[in-house]
Amino acid sequence: MIEIEALTKDYLDLTVVDHVSMTVEDGELAVIVGTSGSGKTTLLRMINRLIEPTSGTVKIDGQDTRSEPAFELRRRIGYAIQGHGLFPHRTVGQNIATVPELLGWDKQKTAQRVDELLNLFQLDPAEFRDRLPSELSGGQQQRVGVARALAAEPKLLLMDEPYGALDPIIRSKAQSDLLAIQKRFGTTIVLVTHDMEEAIHLGTRIAVMDKGKLLQYAPPHEIIANPATPFVAELIGTGERPFRLLSLWKVRDLVEPGPAQGEPISADASLRDAYAECLWSGREMLPVIDESGALIGRIRRDDIAHKAERPQ
Amino acid sequence: MSAVVAVPRRLQFAIDKLGVLIAAIATVASFLPFAAFRANRIVLGESKSIFAALPAWEATLLVLALFAAIAIALFRTPTLWRLWTSLVVLAILFIAVGHAASFLTPEGDRIARVSPGAGFWLLIFAFALLAADAIARLKLRPWTRIGALVGVAIFFAVLLGSGTLNDLSILREYFNRGDTFWREAQTHLALALGSLAAATVAGIPIGILCHRSDALRAPVLNVLNAIQTVPSIALFGLLIAPLAWVAANIPSASALGISGIGAAPAMVALFAYSLLPVVANTVVGLDNVPPAANDAAKGMGMTDRQRLLTVEFPLAFPVILTGIRIVLVQNIGLATIAALIGGGGFGVFVFQGVGQTAMDLVLLGAVPTVALAFAAAVVLDSIVEMVSPKDMRRD
Amino acid sequence: MSIGLIIRLVVLALLVAFIVTPESFAFVFQPLTRNGQPAIYTQNSLLNLTLSHLTIVAIATIAATLVAVGLAILVTRPFGAEFLPLSRSIANIGQTFPPVAVLALAVPVLGFGTAPTLVALFLYGLLPIFENALTGLTTLPPTVTEAARGVGMTDRQRLLDVELPLATPVILAGIRLSVVISVATATIGSTVAASTLGEVIIAGLLSNNLAFVAQGGLVVGVMAVLIYDALSALERILMARTGQRREIS
Repeated sequence: MIEIEALTKDYLDLTVVDHVSMTVEDGELAVIVGTSGSGKTTLLRMINRLIEPTSGTVKIDGQDTRSEPAFELRRRIGYAIQGHGLFPHRTVGQNIATVPELLGWDKQKTAQRVDELLNLFQLDPAEFRDRLPSELSGGQQQRVGVARALAAEPKLLLMDEPYGALDPIIRSKAQSDLLAIQKRFGTTIVLVTHDMEEAIHLGTRIAVMDKGKLLQYAPPHEIIANPATPFVAELIGTGERPFRLLSLWKVRDLVEPGPAQGEPISADASLRDAYAECLWSGREMLPVIDESGALIGRIRRDDIAHKAERPQ
Repeated sequence: MSAVVAVPRRLQFAIDKLGVLIAAIATVASFLPFAAFRANRIVLGESKSIFAALPAWEATLLVLALFAAIAIALFRTPTLWRLWTSLVVLAILFIAVGHAASFLTPEGDRIARVSPGAGFWLLIFAFALLAADAIARLKLRPWTRIGALVGVAIFFAVLLGSGTLNDLSILREYFNRGDTFWREAQTHLALALGSLAAATVAGIPIGILCHRSDALRAPVLNVLNAIQTVPSIALFGLLIAPLAWVAANIPSASALGISGIGAAPAMVALFAYSLLPVVANTVVGLDNVPPAANDAAKGMGMTDRQRLLTVEFPLAFPVILTGIRIVLVQNIGLATIAALIGGGGFGVFVFQGVGQTAMDLVLLGAVPTVALAFAAAVVLDSIVEMVSPKDMRRD
Repeated sequence: MSIGLIIRLVVLALLVAFIVTPESFAFVFQPLTRNGQPAIYTQNSLLNLTLSHLTIVAIATIAATLVAVGLAILVTRPFGAEFLPLSRSIANIGQTFPPVAVLALAVPVLGFGTAPTLVALFLYGLLPIFENALTGLTTLPPTVTEAARGVGMTDRQRLLDVELPLATPVILAGIRLSVVISVATATIGSTVAASTLGEVIIAGLLSNNLAFVAQGGLVVGVMAVLIYDALSALERILMARTGQRREIS
């Protein structure tokens, strides 16, 4: 659990982060979203003390982060950044092994962990372990960057615009990888982005920041339904609201027994995708299949549309 | 943060780290000999401290001035104060060393030599550091820098003209060979500038060709690189043989003043050295022209020639000028070596001085060379900065 | 590449052969002599002169590298940050001093012989190495230094494991420039009685013997080009090995 209390950062006369308080529970994926200059990256970097706060405290599992040297704190916290920041002179394997080596793990355990992570990120260890980062594609470099952040099995992972430099297709792949990994390890993640779409897609809670202040910190549906300020509403985009809301649910949540005609849709697709499919194919209802391909029922367009109404 | 350094309203009495270094050097230097007196040109000198080298009241004033300047350097004082302090102290030091020479030289003695001592040079070094630091921090604009250089030149012209320094050993050497000095100065400049002009005229077209032809680029640049690597004296020496052959076998050549030794091989060698920076910078400058600008020019129907003259060349100009700056500073230094093969220039005094163990004579050659190279660097750096559009500086 | 390598090896072999047994090449230089002058310089063995030349350059360069890299590390740490602007301008101004002037000015302080040459080479060699080390240490990709802090490296680990290895090719480029200048300045060092290959050239100039001038010039020139070439190759290898594609000037 991360407890942030009245955290403030001043640069000369400028207050970049202004008395921000928020709590991230274990296993949550908190997304900090805001425009550039909102203080979101500064807030993130104060958690692992890459920036020292002017005032306020950060506690991780009840322990003040200032109670140990900054570098030891950082070794316990995973950190992944935009443009990956891989060490260009070290191989992929050496990069991933960085923190285990700093922590003094024995060689065999480190090597095992490196291979395990490479496999997890669908990079064949035999092929990729000894390559230099410059020999990888952008998407592969980004995956190695996240693998390095996870190498020492941190309970907490901080990510600063990790997908900012990726093209849309690779980005959505990386995002679903992240969700899968979080599910598997139960890592607590704090992620910074300027993209509300990404925030809604990934976050279990979203913190909206503007001009150094935390405007709202709530689960995605709450943010969409009841934006705390006009700025939050603008960031979501008023015309986008019903669709953003739909993207929070899966077809599974609304499936009912009964037959339907035409191409089936996966139970794991979002309601947004299902609604789009209804509109596009001009159907009132779609058949629904589960991951094994077995028909499990149908979903009705009107039910979906009803879900898109503003929650009361 | 703005580039202009604001003067703080309240002086902070914090210690400046560089100030500590400068204060330490200056304090040590104050106890070292300020001047050296020798009964004639080559005997060993007697060291004279500040109080021995100057009349008591002048020495006291100098020490007080040094004390004040050290204090200003030691604490965190506004940058402009530090700059003016260092400049004033430097000026005082030069005047004082001139006075010391007059004070120490017996009336009417033409043989005695008074030269600046280690203490003087160390003090100059310390306060030049202070000035350099202040100038680096102030980030002066190009015209201000050139203005400052002119100011310093005028100061020395007045100082030399007033005769204050006339009793110093280096000026004694100068008076002994006034005519030679200016002749060698001319030769030195002719060698440095002539080879530069030739290299510019030849190098820019070669650079353009290399930029356009990939087949030409690597071999030409490699050869020029290899030439630059060959030590100057070796190259000068190696050119003697072919030029001697030319002089002996082509009748009109010797009429033109070409011979195996002398200025001709020096000029050819300096020219050869100058080619690499000019050609390489022309290539780099043209390579760095944004492809979009080139595309736009082609799209509007410019011919190759029009594009070169109106788009590529103007955009590459600052980089080419940087190459010319490198060449000029390098040539002013290298032209000293010409003296070894009878080519003249300030090197004549340097090597004669080395041969006769006459430090003053070495200085007579080295000081103007260093001053010229320094002035050339300041002026050309300023010009390069002036012609570079702000958004094109890639540092 | 292989043809280039063969040419380099042949040139190196010729150079070594000439230095070891210069007399066997007398026929090459005979045509340059007049009035029965000797074709080969024999006052001092060419081998000794070459070794002495290279030793002076090596000592000066190693010392200059240690000091220059040390200083560059110092001024790029928070403690020395105040000295950064000044040290940049000193490196810049210092390089406008002609090496000959530095050499000549060292004589009165240190007397004749090898000492002033060593000191001049050391002082002048500092500047390009220092300038490049500064460039190397201050132009590292910000994401990399950021990541190094983020994974929890201490200042010392960051310097030794990330910053220095990445800056090494650029520092090496500085060393290369420094060595080339030193080989040249050491040649002139023989005018102040340092025992270097310049002795052969100067002897030729004094006795008007072109053969001496040519053989001294050739040995020094070929040696300088080979050293420059080898160091450039080493830089390219290091560049590739550290996964960088930075352009070296």
